[in-house]
Amino acid sequence: MRRGPWLWAAALAVYAFLYLPLTIVVVYSFNDSRLNAEWVGFTWHWYEVLLHDEEMLLAAGNSLFIAFVSSLVATLLGTMAGIAMHRYRLKSLTFMVLTPVAMPEILLGVSLLLFFIQVLNLTLGMLSIILAHITFSIGFVAVIVRARLAGMDENLFEAARDLGASPWETFRYVTFPLILPAIVAGGLMAFTLSIDDFVITFFTAGVGVQTLPLRIYSMIKIAVTPEVNAVSTLLMLLTLTMIVLAARFAPDVLKGKA
Amino acid sequence: MSDERKLSRAVRITKWLVSGPPFVYLLLFFVAPSIIMVLASFRYPGEFGGLAPLATGDPATLQGLTLETYQFFFSDVIYGYVFFKSFLVALATTLICLLLAYPLSLLIARSPKKSRDLMVLLVILPFASNFLIRVYAWMIILGPQAAFSQAVNGLLAALGVAPVHLLFSPFAVLVGMVYVHLPFMVLPLYTNLEKHDPALLDAAQDLGANAWQRFWRVTFPLSLPGIFSGSALVFIPVLGMFAIPDILGGTGDMLIGNLIKEQFLGTRDWPFGSTLSIMLTIAVLLIVWVAARLGGRRHYA
Repeated sequence: MRRGPWLWAAALAVYAFLYLPLTIVVVYSFNDSRLNAEWVGFTWHWYEVLLHDEEMLLAAGNSLFIAFVSSLVATLLGTMAGIAMHRYRLKSLTFMVLTPVAMPEILLGVSLLLFFIQVLNLTLGMLSIILAHITFSIGFVAVIVRARLAGMDENLFEAARDLGASPWETFRYVTFPLILPAIVAGGLMAFTLSIDDFVITFFTAGVGVQTLPLRIYSMIKIAVTPEVNAVSTLLMLLTLTMIVLAARFAPDVLKGKA
Repeated sequence: MSDERKLSRAVRITKWLVSGPPFVYLLLFFVAPSIIMVLASFRYPGEFGGLAPLATGDPATLQGLTLETYQFFFSDVIYGYVFFKSFLVALATTLICLLLAYPLSLLIARSPKKSRDLMVLLVILPFASNFLIRVYAWMIILGPQAAFSQAVNGLLAALGVAPVHLLFSPFAVLVGMVYVHLPFMVLPLYTNLEKHDPALLDAAQDLGANAWQRFWRVTFPLSLPGIFSGSALVFIPVLGMFAIPDILGGTGDMLIGNLIKEQFLGTRDWPFGSTLSIMLTIAVLLIVWVAARLGGRRHYA
């Protein structure tokens, strides 16, 4: 294979570009200095600050609750959508599932803001955030489930029917066990997307509720301390765990994600 | 009822049971809000933000439908300028991403099968960390006291140039945009390059093509569909991005996204915010159309 030294050098430079910034964030989370400028010495101080930051802990709790509820509902609806898209080829449903994923996030954020306030007369808060998160998560779950279904042998379902299984039994004993890894991977993906979402949450949260990304945003905008580095490092660990889990349940998901 | 008909009825009911719930949910929380936004763009702003009532009976207050927001949009060049600037930033981001992603994708595609997955995973992994963290990392690197800024300004001083402020500048915005969107370019490009038949390059070599000709006349044209889909995946989100200019840019680095955010959360002129959002949607649709045409034509070439 043709892999010259120039190709290697360029590729390694890009890998360095990808990893260096995040490494700096992690390293400075252990730095005994208020400034993110030079290495002074090792400390756990910023993690202790984090543990006593009531607002941050509250925001983390909110984020986990929102991610749990929204990913649960989105997994159910997304799985149904994935099956429907595969089996019935409904063009309108496919359009509705994929467009929110492909559009700039801000458009979904502001249109939901308008809708919640002007039409539903809803006070922005936990509920509006959860409803918004479900909307953008459905697409990701549906795409993963559909990809799994598309890769399966149709003869399996045929065989089940020939053996006298009802549509429900075919689903319960053949389809469901086969797509379960994709459902789990989709659910983990929805959970991660919800925990991480900033833009759509920013528009649908109102003033009363803070999530982790919203809290990080206001810290970055107002006063940067290495506490941001500490919470970032912990958040990276959490996401990493989710990815490892997703990869174990559905190894093909990571490859075909885009 | 015959068994046949009972079965087809069961199939129909199943179809509605499966597709109904996601259909209704998205109709309610995606389609309806989009329609409301189109309607809102033809309304007057309310006295205290939001929308003015459609009909009050009081002739003194603004009510009903209007084209005013659209006239306003086209009457002031500043809005066209912000759109143009956002377009340039998106274009520059896309080109830089392409330049960085191409050699990396090529290397991964030409690596042994068993190491490819790991190399792709290494591209996705940083992308999985929180978006704000990835932007924040550049706040540290480009900050005035950071080693990078010191080195750049040291170099400039040696050349006799006045020191520059890297953070809160268009440069910082561009770096942040490229950093956040790079994986969107690598993945489709790699997926395309991986499918190329190495025999084509051998054939080109046998026919006397040198390394540059082999790349420019064989690999590159074949990779165009990958380039177009990667470009769309980078260009579209960058066009609507507000957080990166907000965090890394200065006051003069407003893009469409910042303008829209300002209308909805700052000045609370929702009709005009909706108009801007619709203009952004139209811009995105145009880009999708162009990308589809460019990509589509290549398939038959």
